[in-house]
Amino acid sequence: MGTLSEHILGKPAGEYVDRAVNRAFVHDGTGVLTLEAWKSIGADRLCDASRLYILFDHIVPANNSTTATLQHELRDFARTSFLNFSDIGGGICHQLMSEGVVLPGEVVVGADSHTCTLGAFGAFATGVGATDMAAIWLTGETWFRVPESIGVHLNGALRGAAEAKDIALTYVGRFGTDGGTYKALEFVGQGAGTLTMDDRLVLCNMAVETGAKAGMFYSDNTTVKYLAELGRKAAPQEQDPDCTYVQEIDIDLEDIVPLVAVPHRVDTVKPARDLAGLPLDQVFVGTCTNGRYSDLERFAKIVKGKKVAVRTIIVPASREVLDRAIRRGVLATLVEAGLTIGTPGCGPCLGAHTGVLGEGEVCLSTANRNFRNRMGVGGEIYLSSVATAAASALEGEITEPEAMA
Amino acid sequence: MISEGQSVCLGPDIDTDVVIAGRYLRTKDRSIWAEHVFEDLDPALAPRLKGAVIVAGKNFGCGSSREQAAIAIREAGVKAVIAPSFARIFFRNAINIGLPLIECNLPCTEGETIRFDLQAGWVEAAGERSSVPSLSPRMQEILAAGGLVEYWRKHR
Repeated sequence: MGTLSEHILGKPAGEYVDRAVNRAFVHDGTGVLTLEAWKSIGADRLCDASRLYILFDHIVPANNSTTATLQHELRDFARTSFLNFSDIGGGICHQLMSEGVVLPGEVVVGADSHTCTLGAFGAFATGVGATDMAAIWLTGETWFRVPESIGVHLNGALRGAAEAKDIALTYVGRFGTDGGTYKALEFVGQGAGTLTMDDRLVLCNMAVETGAKAGMFYSDNTTVKYLAELGRKAAPQEQDPDCTYVQEIDIDLEDIVPLVAVPHRVDTVKPARDLAGLPLDQVFVGTCTNGRYSDLERFAKIVKGKKVAVRTIIVPASREVLDRAIRRGVLATLVEAGLTIGTPGCGPCLGAHTGVLGEGEVCLSTANRNFRNRMGVGGEIYLSSVATAAASALEGEITEPEAMA
Repeated sequence: MISEGQSVCLGPDIDTDVVIAGRYLRTKDRSIWAEHVFEDLDPALAPRLKGAVIVAGKNFGCGSSREQAAIAIREAGVKAVIAPSFARIFFRNAINIGLPLIECNLPCTEGETIRFDLQAGWVEAAGERSSVPSLSPRMQEILAAGGLVEYWRKHR
């Protein structure tokens, strides 16, 4: 059966396939262009609305009347065409698809580059553009070149203050921003089994930062249990011991330390302790990388009973995450510590609203991109784990987190 | 079909945030994207792109899936983008909206004439011709149709 990509797409690496997609989603940003392209094709119906999703997350609520008008049109279309729709405040598209929607073995496309997040379930999930998506709305399928795969062998288990984000920054640093281009990253080995679903989502999320088409874990008991709790049935996937990787790397999880990606490249990664003392103007916690309940809970544990020393914005990845944070008291801890809470969604990650940086401002963010000007013209973005963000928020400067008890 | 244009040289790892910044995305007015293309790289670049061929470094178009990046480059009048490698979503987007991409490691001298023929599979700079890999048959069909919208108008 070969690699997981070969197994799901049904052909050997390098070949082209036309494949029906199980799920296809757009957000408020890419949905506008998708709808335009779909209308331009002259289409008047959707192939199968039950497989299609419009999930508002990028600028929620709308930041000005132009955005509001574009969203109004897309919202009207969503309602009248009977596809699956989540309005403002529902959450980030990838997060919503991870809350009991995507299943192992599925083919998933999203009009967003971080669609690779969903490979955490053993699905083949990848980002496409708006026009590709319009054709998928029309036909329910698209073409793929079956990717070659890179085996990322994870050994041991994390320790100390290191978390999944630090593994992600480690491999992005090692591959560079194009080391995975056109390929799929398969996270395998004994260490993969030690990671929670939230951890796996973080690792798969950042696969595209190496240029990879997909980041994937084989489903196992952790996957099956996670989905069962959400009312979905799934089975573990077997890895073919004879599958062929074009490249293999080993990562010893014991060696991972808290890391920070410095401006303006995701692959320029340094130990947090080497940057200790760097003054911050803002800390941002959230996004499709690190806005899950476990992230909010970790942040709350570190800041409980203390006050942050710098403006700190926390944006839950979904309404479900926010709801759980309220019910378990995590939100109260965060508000008491002086944090600002945003609407579930992408928050200021893309620089459109709710935390845009000013000229010369420095932000430590748990997001996945620190490109020049992304969060505001002249702003500088450092990327880190949740624990590093929390420790740094308390000091107002980059601070290496301590291991939690 | 042979096309030509004057080269505009860009570096490696040009991400789609740099091609068109997030602050300009929320509109349907494509002229806005053309006007602000590459603004954060060089605010004076956009007017020089009419009829140009961009010759860039590796990994052009990495980052966000925003199709506005490919549209902005096309609307600014760029004939083709040449780079040793492209990010994959950008690659699909560009072909889908009818912007030719050429995978080739070409040394770039600003303003020199670049000629290319995608069907024949070559690119020529400073009188020297290099062969370039051809697109997949499907991508060739899409590009020949003028983009994926036109392709599906015909095949629907």
